[in-house]
Amino acid sequence: MARTISMSEAINEAIALAMRKDPDVVLLGEDVAGGAEVDHLQDEDAWGGVLGVTKGLVQEFGRERILDTPIAEAGYMGAAMAAASTGLRPIAELMFNDFIGSCLDEVLNQGAKFRYMFGGKAQVPVTVRTMHGAGFRAAAQHSQSLYALFTSIPGLKVVVPSTPYDAKGLLLAAIEDNDPVIFFEDKTLYNMTGEVPEGYYTVPIGKADVKREGSDLTIVGIGKQVNTALEAAGHLAGRGIEAEVVDPRSLSPLDEETILSSVAKTNRLVIVDEANPRCNLATDIAAIVADKGFDSLDAPIKRITAPHTPVPFSPPLEDRYLPSPEKVIQAVSELLGETSSLSL
Amino acid sequence: MEVLQNKGVALTQDQARWMYRKMLEIREFEDKVHELFAQGILPGFVHLYAGEEAVAVGVCAHLNDKDTITSTHRGHGHCIAKGCDLDGMMAEIYGKATGLCKGKGGSMHIADLNKGMLGANGIVGGGFPLACGSALTAKYKKTDNVSVCFFGDGANNHGTFHEGINLAAIWNLPVIFVAENNGYAEATPFEYASSCKTIADRAIGYNIPGVRVDGKNVLAVYKAAEEAIQRARRGEGPTLIECMTYRNYGHFEGDAQTYKAEPEKKEHKQEKDAIIQFKKYLLTQRLLTENELASVEESVIEAIQRAVRFSEESPYPKEDELLTDVYVSY
Repeated sequence: MARTISMSEAINEAIALAMRKDPDVVLLGEDVAGGAEVDHLQDEDAWGGVLGVTKGLVQEFGRERILDTPIAEAGYMGAAMAAASTGLRPIAELMFNDFIGSCLDEVLNQGAKFRYMFGGKAQVPVTVRTMHGAGFRAAAQHSQSLYALFTSIPGLKVVVPSTPYDAKGLLLAAIEDNDPVIFFEDKTLYNMTGEVPEGYYTVPIGKADVKREGSDLTIVGIGKQVNTALEAAGHLAGRGIEAEVVDPRSLSPLDEETILSSVAKTNRLVIVDEANPRCNLATDIAAIVADKGFDSLDAPIKRITAPHTPVPFSPPLEDRYLPSPEKVIQAVSELLGETSSLSL
Repeated sequence: MEVLQNKGVALTQDQARWMYRKMLEIREFEDKVHELFAQGILPGFVHLYAGEEAVAVGVCAHLNDKDTITSTHRGHGHCIAKGCDLDGMMAEIYGKATGLCKGKGGSMHIADLNKGMLGANGIVGGGFPLACGSALTAKYKKTDNVSVCFFGDGANNHGTFHEGINLAAIWNLPVIFVAENNGYAEATPFEYASSCKTIADRAIGYNIPGVRVDGKNVLAVYKAAEEAIQRARRGEGPTLIECMTYRNYGHFEGDAQTYKAEPEKKEHKQEKDAIIQFKKYLLTQRLLTENELASVEESVIEAIQRAVRFSEESPYPKEDELLTDVYVSY
C-alpha cells in the first residue's frame, strides 16, 4: 500500500527524484534554500522555500544546484529560459504566481516563443513552479489564480494538480518535458494528504482524470476546486444525484475529449474555477463544449467562479469570494430545474 | 585622417582578413537590406546595424561556436560576426522557408543555436537575463565558454540591465555586457534618457570592471573584449564594455532621422567610418595589400548578391508550417 504524505512532501520528493536522475536539473528561485553564504548555517537551508516546500534539498544537492536568487524575478526567470535552451533543465520557482508581473516578458516573449521564432531549432525544457490560490488570507497580490493567462500563451504547457499523487507525477512529467511547463501549486493544498507511491512515476501532461464517476451531470474543477466539486458531489449523492467530477489536471494542452465524453454521458455541465470570471478556464471550457458538444447539452452550462474583483483580505469576504460546495449545489439545483434549492 | 592606434593589438594576417571581411559583410548586407526594403520587397520592420560593425566584429573575433551571444532588434551584425549563414539570414528576412528560422522569426528573431547565436531579440533589455542563463550553463558544466550580451544605450535604463548584471556579478558568471552606445534610443538622445555620464560608470554599482572604448575603432573593441573575455574564461566574472558608436541609418527603416545633425551624419560616414579607418590601418601596417583588400571586397559583394538570389528563388513556407514548431512534443 502506498504511503500517505502531504502535497508539499510529494512536490519535494519529485524534485529530489528528478535531481538524482538527471544532473542537468537545477532549482533556482528566491529562498529556495535561504541563508546563502551565512557562515553558521554552513550547508543547511534557512527556509527551503517560503513555505518550506524545498526544505532539505540543499543538504543533498548543494548550493551549485539549489540556487538562491536575488528578489529580481526578471533576472533569474530569463536566466532559467536561456539556461534551458543551452543544456540545463532548470526548475525556476516563482514564489507567488502574482509576481509574474515582474517577469512576464521572460516567459511570454522569451521562453514561450524561442522554439517557434527560431523555426523549431530551440527547445526550452524549463519548469516554472509557482504558488496560486485564495483562502490563505494573503490578500490581493498573493492569492490570485492566473493559470488562464499562461494557458492563452502558445508554447507553454500548464498543469494544476489537485492531489498529492497528481502533483508528484505531473511535476516529474513537467521536468522531463522538453517544453516550458508552468506548474501551479495551490498554497492551501500543501498540507492535503494522500496516497503517493515512493518511486519515480509520471502522470501524463494533457490527460484529464475522472475523479468521480456519475451519470446525472458533469462537474469540471480546476486545481483545488476539484475538491470543492467532490465535496458537493458527495452531498448531491445523498439526494440521489450522481455527479461526475472531471479534473483536467493539464490546462494546456487540455484533454477536451474526456470532458466532451463526460458531457455526452451526463448532458449537463458545471465548471468550478476560482479565477476571475472573464476569460478564465471556466469560460474557455464552456466555449469548447458549446462549440463541440452542443448536441449533448440538455441545459445551459453553469460557471462557478470568483467575482470580477481582486482577492479581498478580510476572512468573511475572502470566503465569499471563493467557490464553495454550497455554490456548486445551488448551481446544480438550478440546472436540474428544481423548484426548491438543494441544501447541504 | 589619423591612422588607428593599434593599442597593443597584434593581428595575424588571417585575423585581419577575417575582421575586414566580416565588417564588410555586415555593411554590404545592411546596405542591400536598406535598398530592398525601400523597394518594398522586404516585409515587416528592419533595424540596420551599418556603422556599428567594429563592435560586433571586435568582440566576436574572440569567440568560438560554443560561446553564446544575445542580441537585439538590431541584430544582423551580431549574427554575421558570430558566423550565421548569409543566405539563411537573408532568406529569413524575406520570410522564406529556407531562412535560418524557416521564415518564422524574421529580422528581429534570427537565431542559430549551433553557432551560439541565441537570437536577435525584439524586446529592448531582453538579453541581459538570457546571457546570464547561457553563462550559468557554461559555469555549471565547467566549460570555459563565455556569454556576450550586446545591448543598445536604450536598454541601459531597463530594469533587466540591473537585474542581469547584478545576477552575473553575484554568481560570478562568465558574461561580457557590451553596450553599443550609438547616441540615440530610437529618437531620444542618450544624454536625455540616462542619468549616468557613461554606461561604463554603472559598472561601479555592481562591483565589476567597466570601460568605455571607441566603438568605431575595431582594435580598441578587440583589445577591451580580449581582456574581458579572458577574465571571464578564467572564472573571474563579468565585465561591462561600453562602445561609442553610431548607426548610419535610422532606428528602423523609414525613420527620417530628424533628431540627428547633418555634420554628425556626414563625419560618421567619412573620417569616422569604422571600415574606412580599419582599411587604412591594414594598409599602413602592411597587414593586407590593396589587391588583397579588393579581393575581399569583390568576394563579399558576390556573397551578398548570392544571398539575395538564393532568397528570391526560395519558396515561402508551406501553409501547414503555421502550426508546427510550437511544442517539441506535438
